[in-house]
Amino acid sequence: MKSLILTTAALALSAGAALAESHAQTVRMGTEGAYPPYNFINDAGEVDGFERELGDELCARAELACEWVTTDWDSIIPNLVSGNYDTIIAGMSITDERDEVIDFTQNYYPPAASAYIAASPDVDLTGGVVAAQATTIQAAHVAESGAALLEYATPDESVAAMRSGEADAVFADKDYLVPVVNASGGELMFVGEDVQLGGGIGLGLRESDAELRDKFDAAIQTMKDDGSLNEMLLKWFGDEAATF
Amino acid sequence: MFAVCATPDTLSGLTWLSCYLTTGKHFAFYGAFGTVLLLLAVTAPVALAFGFGGAVAARSRFAPLSWFGKGYIAVVRGVPDIAFFLFFVIALDQGIEWLRHKAKCPDWDQPIRQGNDFLVCPDAKMPLSTSAQWVHEAYGFWLAVFTFSLVFGAFAANVLFGAMRSVPRGQVETAEAYGMTRRQAFRRVLVPQMWVYALPGLSNLWMVLIKATPLLFLLGVEDIVYWARDLGGTKTPQFTDYPHGDWRMWYFLFLLVFYLGFTRLSEIVLERLMQRLTRGQATLGGTSGRDEAPGMTQVGPP
Repeated sequence: MKSLILTTAALALSAGAALAESHAQTVRMGTEGAYPPYNFINDAGEVDGFERELGDELCARAELACEWVTTDWDSIIPNLVSGNYDTIIAGMSITDERDEVIDFTQNYYPPAASAYIAASPDVDLTGGVVAAQATTIQAAHVAESGAALLEYATPDESVAAMRSGEADAVFADKDYLVPVVNASGGELMFVGEDVQLGGGIGLGLRESDAELRDKFDAAIQTMKDDGSLNEMLLKWFGDEAATF
Repeated sequence: MFAVCATPDTLSGLTWLSCYLTTGKHFAFYGAFGTVLLLLAVTAPVALAFGFGGAVAARSRFAPLSWFGKGYIAVVRGVPDIAFFLFFVIALDQGIEWLRHKAKCPDWDQPIRQGNDFLVCPDAKMPLSTSAQWVHEAYGFWLAVFTFSLVFGAFAANVLFGAMRSVPRGQVETAEAYGMTRRQAFRRVLVPQMWVYALPGLSNLWMVLIKATPLLFLLGVEDIVYWARDLGGTKTPQFTDYPHGDWRMWYFLFLLVFYLGFTRLSEIVLERLMQRLTRGQATLGGTSGRDEAPGMTQVGPP
């Protein structure tokens, strides 16, 4: 009890010194909640997944109080820059195009493979119809590949469109597709070569938020150094996951 | 929820379904119906008040007030709902934060707009970033109520403006002949009689409002359509205890039944209301009332 009072007093003192800062210590984490295993809503209705576990660990290391917020993928960047939350942690690949609008931390997921899946092995990946999630690097890649691009708001809808025959194939992050293919019982399969896109996945932050970016950068670095990030990657993405 | 639900992969049939339908996520879905009904319950009277205000303003003899009322009706009715919802809410939110910023942080020297970023001082954030998540959700909900009310208020204003003109001129003239002021005639004669003319238009608006509630999702409120889409999507065994295929059709079918049932119920209630309002009124709906009204023949100079 005594030590509790002492700690409280010490906290109160340091809080007084850092009052201006202590207000900014709540960080709102924006995610999509529809992209397993990166992030999804679990049966209890809460945000879950690799990024939930990672984000909570990063916040603990950087001594920040974090709140989780879900939003539509389409409006995830506009909501960040207008200040509705402070970070994007939603499997967002680091690209030059996005870097012009927002800032990224160093990557917490190595540059990842994207892959095509289809219901038969002989689909035309460059001349057929390929479904992808809108405003992703995969959608941009399909548009350049010459195939007709069908865009959907969530990755799940793009898979559904392929199953119902509207699209010949789906192009998405391989990590997202592996559980889909495994659960299909042989109905769906990977076709074509894997494609390396983007510079890995990082946390997105407002360009004016350099201080917060540095905090997360440092926290990610400590997780890379002590190997805990690799453990988490193996836990969520299986033994073949790319690690640092 | 139930004790048996601890091991969902061993269940089947109805037991599985009863466990599946009582997950935390499903309760969030059921709660979203409450959100939609609450939105309707709050928006309808507020929109009606906006509409009444707009109609009275448009009728005003004071020219600037009349321009304001007519401008409100014309602009909001003319802009597509979806554009209004996407633009107005962001502008409103930033406008509120900008005003709070001016009031609370006069010493702030950094620009509010930095490139793409909209930055106000932490104290001016609305709600504060330190507030609990439910405060943010409540704030989002009230922004939605305000936006819906503004949009539907403009349509209601147009309906009420027309209804006020439909009340037979003789009614108001008679009131004035009895020595009532313009204001008294408006309050005692015009307003009580206009509702019957307004009701068909207003009931249309109510139906459209019910059907417009899925726009809530655009405003970041997790409504029934959001949850139906999420719950119905294919679930792989790795990430849930209740894996299933693409069930969106069933969830959306359920929404369809809900919306149809709700609009049907509204039709029945509105029909009753119409009968009640036309009782004893000199309209097509209640012409019989005119002949039967006792004392009509005795009205006149003594």
